[in-house]
Amino acid sequence: AARMFLRLLSDIQWRAAHPRWRMTGSQRSTSTTAEPHPVSLPAQAQVVICGGGIMGTSVAYHLSKMGLKDIVLLEQGRLAAGTTRFCAGIVSAARPLSVELKMAHYSNKLYQQLEQETGVQTGYMKTGSISLAQTQDRLISLKRIASSLNVMGIPCEIISPKEVLKLHPLINIHDLVGAMYVPEDALVSSANVSLALATAASRNGVQIHERTCVSHVTIQKGRVTGVETDRGRIQCDYFVNCAGQWAYELGHSGEEPVHIPLHACEHFYLLTHPLKDPLSSSLPTIVDPDGRIYIRNWQGGILSGGFEKNPKPLFTEGRNQLEIQNLQEDWDHFGPLLGALLRRMPGLEALQIMQLVNCPESFTPDMRCIMGESPTARGYFVLAGMNSAGISYGGGAGKYLAEWIVNGYPSENVWPLDLKRFGTLQSSRTFLRHRVMEVMPLMCDLKVPRWDFQTGRQLRTSPLYDRLDAQGARWMEKHGFERVKYFVPPGSDLLDLDHSKTFYKPDWFDIVGSEVKCCKEAVSVIDMSSFTKFEISSTGDQALESLQYLCSNDLDVPVGHVVHTGMLNEKGGYENDCSIARLSKRSFFMISPTDQQVHCWTWLKNHLPDDSNLVLEDVTWKYTALNLIGPRAVDVLSELSYAPMTAEHFPSLFCKEMSVGYANGIRVMSITHTGEPGFVLYIPIEYALHVYNEVMNMGQKYGIRNAGYYALRSLRIEKFFAFWGQDLDAFTTPMECGREFQVKLDKGLEFLGQEALWEQKQNGVYKRFTMFILEDHDTDMDLWPWWGEPIFRNGRYVGKTTSSAYSYTLERHVCLGFVHHFDEKTGEELVVTTDFINQGEYEIDIAGQRFQAKAKLYPFSSLFTQRRRKDEVELSGYQRE
Amino acid sequence: FYLTPSQVNSILKANEYSFKVPEFDGKNVSSVLGFDSNQLPANAPIEDRRSAATCLQTRGMLLGVFDGHAGCACAQAVSERLFYYIAVSLLPHETLLEIENAVESGRALLPILQWHKHPNDYFSKEASKLYFNSLRTYWQELIDLNSGETTDVREALINAFKRLDNDISLEAQVGDPNSFLNYLVLRVAFSGATACVAHVDGIDLHVANTGDSRAMLGVQEEDGSWSAVNLSYDHNAQNEREVERVKMEHPKSEEKSLVKQDRLLGLLMPFRAFGDVKFKWSIELQKRVVESGPDQLNDNEYTKFIPPNYYTPPYLTAEPEVIHHRLRPQDKFLVLATDGLWETMHRQDVARIVGEYLTGVHHQQPIAVGGYKVTLGQMHGLLTERRARISSVFEDQNAATHLIRHAVGNNEFGTVDHERLSKMLSLPEELARMYRDDITIIVVQFNSRVIGAYQNEE
Repeated sequence: AARMFLRLLSDIQWRAAHPRWRMTGSQRSTSTTAEPHPVSLPAQAQVVICGGGIMGTSVAYHLSKMGLKDIVLLEQGRLAAGTTRFCAGIVSAARPLSVELKMAHYSNKLYQQLEQETGVQTGYMKTGSISLAQTQDRLISLKRIASSLNVMGIPCEIISPKEVLKLHPLINIHDLVGAMYVPEDALVSSANVSLALATAASRNGVQIHERTCVSHVTIQKGRVTGVETDRGRIQCDYFVNCAGQWAYELGHSGEEPVHIPLHACEHFYLLTHPLKDPLSSSLPTIVDPDGRIYIRNWQGGILSGGFEKNPKPLFTEGRNQLEIQNLQEDWDHFGPLLGALLRRMPGLEALQIMQLVNCPESFTPDMRCIMGESPTARGYFVLAGMNSAGISYGGGAGKYLAEWIVNGYPSENVWPLDLKRFGTLQSSRTFLRHRVMEVMPLMCDLKVPRWDFQTGRQLRTSPLYDRLDAQGARWMEKHGFERVKYFVPPGSDLLDLDHSKTFYKPDWFDIVGSEVKCCKEAVSVIDMSSFTKFEISSTGDQALESLQYLCSNDLDVPVGHVVHTGMLNEKGGYENDCSIARLSKRSFFMISPTDQQVHCWTWLKNHLPDDSNLVLEDVTWKYTALNLIGPRAVDVLSELSYAPMTAEHFPSLFCKEMSVGYANGIRVMSITHTGEPGFVLYIPIEYALHVYNEVMNMGQKYGIRNAGYYALRSLRIEKFFAFWGQDLDAFTTPMECGREFQVKLDKGLEFLGQEALWEQKQNGVYKRFTMFILEDHDTDMDLWPWWGEPIFRNGRYVGKTTSSAYSYTLERHVCLGFVHHFDEKTGEELVVTTDFINQGEYEIDIAGQRFQAKAKLYPFSSLFTQRRRKDEVELSGYQRE
Repeated sequence: FYLTPSQVNSILKANEYSFKVPEFDGKNVSSVLGFDSNQLPANAPIEDRRSAATCLQTRGMLLGVFDGHAGCACAQAVSERLFYYIAVSLLPHETLLEIENAVESGRALLPILQWHKHPNDYFSKEASKLYFNSLRTYWQELIDLNSGETTDVREALINAFKRLDNDISLEAQVGDPNSFLNYLVLRVAFSGATACVAHVDGIDLHVANTGDSRAMLGVQEEDGSWSAVNLSYDHNAQNEREVERVKMEHPKSEEKSLVKQDRLLGLLMPFRAFGDVKFKWSIELQKRVVESGPDQLNDNEYTKFIPPNYYTPPYLTAEPEVIHHRLRPQDKFLVLATDGLWETMHRQDVARIVGEYLTGVHHQQPIAVGGYKVTLGQMHGLLTERRARISSVFEDQNAATHLIRHAVGNNEFGTVDHERLSKMLSLPEELARMYRDDITIIVVQFNSRVIGAYQNEE
C-alpha cells in the first residue's frame, strides 16, 4: 500500500521533463535488484551532502546558488523517498520561535516561485491555515504567535468561531473560543518540492547520485577529509549530514563519533477518498492543537494526522528492526485522533477511508531542529531533526546552513538550533527514547513560560542535590544539570505540574519574593555548580597572549583579579560572555554559562594556537559553586575563614584561594552575578557538603536561607544584566548593550572583533539593548511578559524583548530587549542614538495587549543605595541565565 | 441490591498480590517474569493458603497453593513450613553444615528463602521456635545421611512433603508444655490440607501435588490460540489410578468400604493430604492423644469420632506425585489453583482467559483497511468497541483477579456478568459456602525469550 502512495503524492512527470539527471538508469520500478550506475562517483568534491530529502536538496540548492561548484549529493535510495515523501506538505509560519518563523516564511516564498524557476510541478497552493483554540489559554498562546507574525509582516489575524465557519464550512465550532488565521500558509507536494530543488541544483552543477550509501565519514586531525561509500571514496572538505532519522547512526558510524541527538517516532495520518462534493483545493488547513490533530484538503478528500499522547518511538536500536516502507498501520493507536477528527468535522462520518499512513518523523530533545558544525570535526555539518516541520523549515534551514558553510556563519542568530547546544550527554539512546516520548505530545501541548522537561532528568547533579531536595528544592534542568528554581517552604502547598501551567502570575510568586528579600537584606545561598568552568594555563605567556586575542577586555591584570569579558567573533558579536580570574601569571580560570560547555570549548579549540605548552582543561565537574548573596555574606565568610572579608581586604572582582571551615583551597570570588554584594565559592567537590553545612550553620544567626535561580533571575534583570544565550548572541556586540567599558580597544593588542567594534564606535550602533519598566501592568490580573514580545515605539514596531522578570524591589515587571530604528518609509535600519531611545513612547505587546513601558538605558541607581561597596564594574557587569 | 462495580472490585482485589522478578539492566535472566496471585474466601475464615518464595541458597522459585479442610490450621502450618523443608532438601551438604555450624555457634544464619507475601499472609510467631527445631532435626539427619550425591529435585520434593507430614504427626503425639502450642499442634494434625507446589529453575519445572488442587500450563499454539496442559493428577475418586492405589494398599476385604460416595472411607474428598491424623493413626493412638489432650479437643465431636470401617491405617498419605516438565518458548504461564477454581471452570477456558489477559491488546488482531470500503464513522465505532473490550481487561492489574472475576461472574456465554458477580459476592457468610468454595490462584508468567535462549544453548 505504501508503494501505491508513492505514486499518489510524488508526481513522476519531473523525470520526463528533465532527462538530464546524472543518476542511475533506474526505471523507478519497485524492483530491488541493483542496477548499474552509469556515472561513477568523482574522486573528490568540495562538499558532499548525504541525504536526498528536503533538507539535503535544499542545502544543495542553496550552496549551488551561492556559487559553489563542486558539490555532490548522495542518496542511499531514491530522491525524496524517505520521510520527505510521506510528509503532509503543510508550510506554516505559525511557529513560536522567531528563527523558526523566519525559516518557514522564507521556505514559503521559495516554494511559491519554485515551479516557475524549475518547471517542476510542486503542487504549491496558498490555502491559509486556521489554528483553533478550545480554551482561553490556547487562545493566549495563539495571540502571542499572531503578535510576532504581524511584526514580521506576515498577515495573520485572530478570528471568532463564526469567522472560522465562513472560512471552512465543515468545522464544528461549538467548543471553540477563537482561532488564528494565517492566510499565506500553503500546501505543497513535499516530494516534488524536493525534486524541484534537486533539479535546480543539478542545473547549477550539483552532481546527484542515487542508490549510493555513505558508510562513514573520515576525519583526520579534527577535520573532515572524505566520505566512504559503497561505491568508493570521495575526498571532500565539507560533509553535510542530512540523513534525517538516520543522522544519529551516520554520526556514530565513523571512528570519531559525531553526536546528533535525535530519535524517530512513528507518525500516523489518514487519507480519505474524495467527498461527494470534492473539497476545494484552496480550503484552509485546520490545526486543532487541543484535539491534537491537523486536517488539510487532499485530492478532494482530506489528509489528517496528529500528535498523540502516547507516541511510539522506533529505531532505538538502529535501523535493522524494520524498513520504513514496511511500517504497519495501527488503527487502535490512531483511534483517539480519529475521534478528535470526527468531533471537529462530524460531517465526515460517511467519508471513505483510503489509507492510514505510518510515516516516522525524527524528534530532538528540545523540540528544535539541529543544524551547524560538529564541535569535534571541522567541516562536518548537520541539518536534521525537524520535529515534523521539515517542509516548513526546509527552505530556510537549507539557506542558513549553506551560508554557514560558505560564509562561516548564517545570516541569522541560529544558536537555538545549533548542534553545539547539545553535548555527548544528550546522545544516550535511552535518554533520547524517553525524551522524544515527551517531546512529541508537547507539539500540541500549551507552551507556557518556564516549562521544564520531565524526562531524562537527574543526570548531572551537584553533590548537594539530596540536601537541597530535602529542603524543598524544585528543580529545572539546563544542559542536563539540575538547578534549583526555588525552595518550597514546609507546609506551603503548590499546584501540581499540570495545573501550574499559566500565562499569568505563577503560584511561586511569594516564595521567590521572600528569597529575593533575603538576598537584599540578609544572605542567601544558591548552588551554581552548573556553570561551565575552564582552566587555561601555559608554560610561558601563551595563555595570556591567546586570551588577550580572544577577549575584548584587558586580561593583563594583577594576579587575583577577575575580569568580565566577552569573547567576540570577527563581527564583534558575543560568542561567549564570561568571567576570567587570573590565578597566577600563567593560568586563568574561566566561568561561562552552563550551555557554553560545548560551544565555548569548540570556540577555544578552534582559535587557540596548536601549542603543547598551552593547556586547556574543562574543570566543570571538579568544583561545586556556592553563591553567597547579600549584605551579610561578608560576615558569614569572615567568621568561617578567620580572615577579614571587608571591601578593604577583599575588594570587588577579586579571587583568592582560602580556607572555609576545615576545607582548604576554596576559590572565593567577590562576584555574585546579581549586582548584590557577596561571593561565589568554588569548592572542590569532596568538600562541598562540608562547606555547605558550615555556611548554613554559621549563617543561621545572619538569617541565611537557600534560594534558587528564579530569585537570581529577578535580581539580575532588575539590574539590567544581560545574559548570553537569552539577551546576548553572536549578532550582538558590547557596543549595542552598553558594555563599551568591557572593551579595551586601546589595550595595545589586536583582538578578535576589534575592527568591527572600532567601526561601531565611530558610526554608531543599529540596535540598542534597553530596559523597560511596565507601567500600567497589573501583576495579579494581566498576562505576564515572557520573552519575544514586540516592542512598539510611538506606535511603530522597533524590536523584541529578550527576557523579563518581576522586580520585587520596583514592584513592576521589567523587560529587557533590543530597540532598532527602522526608516519609516523604506524600512531600512538606521543608527540608534541615545536620544532616539529616550525620546520615544514605548509599549510592549503581550499576546495582542499593549502595555505602556518606560525605557531606560541605565539601571536604577536607587536600587543600589544599600550597596556597601562602590563597584561600577560589577554593577553593570555581565550576567547570565 | 447490587454492589457497585467499584465495591465488587474492592472485594475481588482485597487479597491480590503481584511480584515481578527484578530486571537487571533491562535484561531479566530468570525464566520467570513474575507471578500474580489472589484468593477469594467462601469459608469464614478462609481455609486456603498460598505461598511463594525464591530459594536463596539454591536456584529456583517455589510457588504453592494449599487447600485446608476441617479448619485452616493444617493449611496454615504447611504454607509456612513446606518450602523450608523443600529448600533444605535441595541444599548441598556443605551449605547444610555451614547452617548447622552457624546455629551451633549462635551466628547469623544464611537466609534460605526470600518470601513474596501479601500483607494478609501471616506467619505464626508463637510456633516458630517449635517449627525451627523440627526443621533443624531434619537437616541434622540430612547431614548425617550425607550421600554425597547431588540432590534430585523430584526426590527432594517427595522427601520434604513426607518429612513435614511426619513432623506434624510427631509434634501432635509429643505435645508441648505450652498449652497454646499444645492445642495448636493438635489442631494442625487433626485438620488437613492438600498442597500443589511448583519449583521453577531455568527451564526445569517440577510440580509436586498432594490432593485435588491442580497445576496447569498455558501453551500458545502457533496460530496464537491457547491450550492447557495438565501438570498434576487430582488425587480423588475421579482418578482411577488413585482409587486403584488405595485399594492396593489395603486388604481386599475393605475394597467396598474404602471409597464410598466418591470419598475416602465415605468421608474425605482428597485421597492424599497433610495432617488428617484421623486417617493415619491407629485407633489407640487417636484415643490416647485425644484423652490426654486439652479439654477443647476432648469436647470436640469431630476429633473423637473414628471413621467407620477403620481397620488398617494409615489410609492417607502426604506423599506427592511429581511431574517434571522442560519449559518451551510456547509455554507462557502456569496456573496453580485450589479446586474452588476448577469446579467452576474448565482448564481450556482458564488457558484462554489468562492467555488473552496476559497478551492483552497486543494480540487483538490489528485492523487493516486493505481494499475494503470503510467509512471514518464505521472505523471510529469499531475502534471504540475494541477499546471498551480492552478496558474491561485492564480493569484488573492481576491475572489471578481476572480469573476469579470470570470464575465467579461468568454467565452461560462465558463473559462476565456484573449482576451475577455482584450477587455471588454479596452472599452472606453462611450461604457463600453453598454456592462456591474458597478460590486461591497463582499465575506464573514465563519469560519466553530466556527460555528460548536456554533451549538454544543445548
